[in-house]
Amino acid sequence: MQLRQKQHRSGKAGRAVIEFNDVAYGYSGDAILENISLEIAPGSFHFLTGPSGAGKTTFLKLCYAALTPTRGDLRVFGGHIHPSNRTAIAMIRRRIGVVHQDCQFLDHLPVEDNIALPLSVSGQSVADQSENLFELMNWVGLSGRIGALPPELSGGERQRAALARAVIMSPEVILADEPTGNVDWEMSQRLLRLLIELNKMGKTILIATHDMALIRAAKAEVQARVLRISNRTLHAAGADL
Amino acid sequence: MSISIFETLKSLWVGNKAADRIVPPSGFTVGLTLFSAAAMAFLAVFALAVALASGRLAQSWGDDLARASTLRISAPDGQQDVQTEAALRILSQTEGVSSARALDDDEVQALLEPWFGPDLPADKLTIPRLIEITQDGRGFDAQGLRLRLQAEVPGAVLDDHASWRTPLVKAATRLRVFGWFSILLISLTIASIVTLAANAALAANAQIIAVLRLVGATDSYIATAFIRRFTLRSLVGASLGTAAGFIAVMLMPSNAEAGAFLTGLGFKGWHWLVPILVPVLTACVAFIATYVASRRVLRRLA
Repeated sequence: MQLRQKQHRSGKAGRAVIEFNDVAYGYSGDAILENISLEIAPGSFHFLTGPSGAGKTTFLKLCYAALTPTRGDLRVFGGHIHPSNRTAIAMIRRRIGVVHQDCQFLDHLPVEDNIALPLSVSGQSVADQSENLFELMNWVGLSGRIGALPPELSGGERQRAALARAVIMSPEVILADEPTGNVDWEMSQRLLRLLIELNKMGKTILIATHDMALIRAAKAEVQARVLRISNRTLHAAGADL
Repeated sequence: MSISIFETLKSLWVGNKAADRIVPPSGFTVGLTLFSAAAMAFLAVFALAVALASGRLAQSWGDDLARASTLRISAPDGQQDVQTEAALRILSQTEGVSSARALDDDEVQALLEPWFGPDLPADKLTIPRLIEITQDGRGFDAQGLRLRLQAEVPGAVLDDHASWRTPLVKAATRLRVFGWFSILLISLTIASIVTLAANAALAANAQIIAVLRLVGATDSYIATAFIRRFTLRSLVGASLGTAAGFIAVMLMPSNAEAGAFLTGLGFKGWHWLVPILVPVLTACVAFIATYVASRRVLRRLA
């Protein structure tokens, strides 16, 4: 079933944090995504799946304004995104935490400074929040890695550091692009549990993954909606998930 | 992209320890900017010295020498003193002449010494008598004076210095223009080098910019970090170069010692304060260059 406009609300009430209305995105004349209509309600948990190259990352990038739709209406936190308004985009990104598969850091800064980066760039005092920072590092299991530089971290540690960085500003939405792509099963379960915990705190979660086992594990613990991108558009995933 | 120049200037002054750390401390642009700023500042100090000294020379040759003339009396033995006295009498009656005096033998010897050495046997040579004439503010009628001297003092030749003073004044004026033009070129060169270095640093740190944007950094925050880094680096480099230039100019022999034209190149009086502006202006140029470069690169990376 292809998703149509405003069909796909989560069960939780409230205005959509991200709203796609017949959105399309293409590059050099080739369509990558078409006819995307979706509302992501606050506090909902979504999985986005599909084959490699289907457009999952593109979809996430549209959500955090790294890309601009070539057609349609996209609202984030109720507002349109103007690509020229870089300050407004920065403000939106302070409300959206992003975790990439190839999580990037400032390699010359220790891990705790990287995690605290969103605080620094938003003008908040890191010193005032040092307790929260170390609590967060403890939560993601990195309290023993204080002072380590990002290149010294393992794949799993980098993913957890990226997650900690994504949530330190207590964002309303967390977008994760293949967060378990580079880690083993045990670590992926650990990351999933962290994301589920965040969702239980009221955060909106959207995870792009092709890891079906991860989706099944999540669905056993949380009410998650699974979306699938195929043939350049968004569909509800089958009941087998 | 909205990068407020006033916010950036404020941040530049106040500083932001966290923002300062986001730009990696090392890289080839560090040495390049420091060295270029130092070298350009060194050259700028010399260009300033040339421009200011040329200005002084043009002033001196222009205004001061314009009020001075020389009367040369070449007469047979026995006639020189008579003709000199006659010339001095005429000069004392000439309107526009404030003073006139005959140079004594020692003064003439001193004038000839740079050309013939100290052992010139002046008493054995027939050397013309020289009368130094100083004009008052109105000046005298050179043509009228020549005609009168021609009639009454046949061995007198009036030299109002115009024949050699005019090209010298022109040369000094041109030299001053070249000096200031050199300073302009040096400023543009440092702007170009800083722009290239800032462009390279911004491009080399594209990943850092991507990470910062991902976590909600505004372009103003990112740009300020780079602008502050390059401005301070240029200020440090230019300060070192200016100090070196200052010392080099100080070490130049003074014109009092050698008495030659080139040794007058340097600073005098309040001109010694002018080179202090070089590091400040270099920092300003670096600020503007990095500001423009960061705007362009951040827009391209958007």
